[in-house]
Amino acid sequence: MPHSSHMRASEVASMVSLGKRTAVQFAAAALEAQSRSASLHATLAISPEATMRIAADVDARVARGERLPLAGVPVLIKDNIATGPDLRAVGDELGFGGTTTCGSKFLETYHSPFSATAVERLIAAGAVPIAKTNMDEFGMGSSGENSAFGVTRNPWDASRVPGGSSSGSAAGVAAGIAPLALGSDTGGSIRQPASFCGLVGVKPTYGRVSRWGLVAYASSLDQIGPIATCVTDAATCLEVLCGIDSHDATSAAKPAPALVAGLELPLAGLRVGIPRQARSEANHGAVTGALNTAADALRSLGVEIVDVELPHTDVGIAAYYIVAAAEASSNLARFDGIRYGRRAVVASTDSLETLYSRSRAEGFGTEVKRRIMLGTHVLSSGYYDAYYASAQKVRRLILGDYESAWARCDAILMPTAPGPAFAIGEKTSDPLAMYMEDVYTVGINLAGLPAVSVPAGFASLGDSRLPVGVQLVGRAFDEATMLHLARGIERSLDLDLVPPAIT
Amino acid sequence: MNPPTSTPHAKSGAATDDAITPAQVRRVARLSRLELSDPEIDAARGSLASVLGYMDRIRSLNLAGVEPLTHASGEGNRLDRDVPRVTLTTEQVRAMAPAMDGPFVVVPKVVGGGDSEGGV
Repeated sequence: MPHSSHMRASEVASMVSLGKRTAVQFAAAALEAQSRSASLHATLAISPEATMRIAADVDARVARGERLPLAGVPVLIKDNIATGPDLRAVGDELGFGGTTTCGSKFLETYHSPFSATAVERLIAAGAVPIAKTNMDEFGMGSSGENSAFGVTRNPWDASRVPGGSSSGSAAGVAAGIAPLALGSDTGGSIRQPASFCGLVGVKPTYGRVSRWGLVAYASSLDQIGPIATCVTDAATCLEVLCGIDSHDATSAAKPAPALVAGLELPLAGLRVGIPRQARSEANHGAVTGALNTAADALRSLGVEIVDVELPHTDVGIAAYYIVAAAEASSNLARFDGIRYGRRAVVASTDSLETLYSRSRAEGFGTEVKRRIMLGTHVLSSGYYDAYYASAQKVRRLILGDYESAWARCDAILMPTAPGPAFAIGEKTSDPLAMYMEDVYTVGINLAGLPAVSVPAGFASLGDSRLPVGVQLVGRAFDEATMLHLARGIERSLDLDLVPPAIT
Repeated sequence: MNPPTSTPHAKSGAATDDAITPAQVRRVARLSRLELSDPEIDAARGSLASVLGYMDRIRSLNLAGVEPLTHASGEGNRLDRDVPRVTLTTEQVRAMAPAMDGPFVVVPKVVGGGDSEGGV
């Protein structure tokens, strides 16, 4: 019996393609691993019947001679990415399993009538969805603690958070349920959990991957991307996800790039910038260590390391939380208790507004309410110019910082997060402390650039050994160079990234 | 897109943290269509004040002459051909709505009931 635990996606695809193992065997093993890891709260609704049906179909396609880049690869899907009737049990289209909840009580029983383009592309490439994954409600959180369905735990230390908001995608891959997961990244939600869980996480260039079927949080920032155990698997998955989609008017009219082919080529001659602002004294020592280790690894491969400036780094958080909250207040207006999701019980004499307000009050968690109110405030008459219009101008300045940096380097290296995984409960009472987790990630979303987090070291905290990632930022639509450099760091460091067994 | 004109009120810096009163929180909760309890109003007041106070740092920047960035891609939206295609069916829309009465989506009475908000 094959065990998918900590096997790479490329190994699974190769074995299934060569007929050594079947997709059905890998899917069954992944469902078993999912059950064993239940204490992590990484996964939400699943339909094992749909999983096994899709796996059997992959085996039939392989038998017919189809060449599938992700043949039989078990995948996890963040629960803000729509999964349609094909991912539910036959004859039970509205029953248990196959919901798309966004980690919210509001959508606890919501069944999407269609699948996201990203999900359809994965399945077309031979991947087999195993489960939806737990997440901070609507993507609003940096720890996995803001889910209506329980806190996700970090497989490296169950008393710590896995990061967020793609908490279950990262925890699930780190725990070995599947070698690959889809996350979404609005301000760091793929990269920070990848860093906390010892994984590779890619936030593609805005427009690179279709957002059709991704429940919108902040539409000008959101991107779907892969979380994997290695750079090659992440690149393979991203190749599958990329490309224009007529359903998403912001998907870029660019051909899907070749990302895997060049990963092992020499790196000599490339220049990588390290922003002075990323060497903050507020960084944990292990983060500084990982940054230096990664820079040394690149130098040893012939990469020139240069200093660059990102002078608006310190206003990125303020600008991001204004723009994201503003867009969230608008996007989440659709959750009105009438068209889908939760509907409050109101008296026959109550107004339409009462139905809206009570349904939303019952369905949304504290952080979601906070961001909706923040967004409503910054967009309201009298405050718009002071907050929202100013934040959009800061966004222009941040993009300008990167454009200046590209004159000196081909990619930028900086920490993914200021520290390693923190303890569950450590930051829940202070929203600003939680927002500061995103200090190195949000600017990249505001500028629409691609970035990849790759493991570069460990932090020792008490009895725990926690992985620490660094991120490489690329020019717009140049995922290839940053992944090439990330692969160089990965190959050079060759870290042991399997977490201790879950007890 | 033309942003609404700001009022002198905002330019004077009315949104500093100590300026957030329970009445203001109630107003923003109402605009947000969120029914909040009194303890929730109190809690929101504190956290909104701290976050908005932090956000005020962008007001210290000189942003004169800076063009706002609204599209990360720099390309804006790509337009599709205007041709009909299948989207959601009526059945699918019905299946999503939490309260139906035959073929109709149920909503509270919005006309003739003296509810000034409902018809907006």
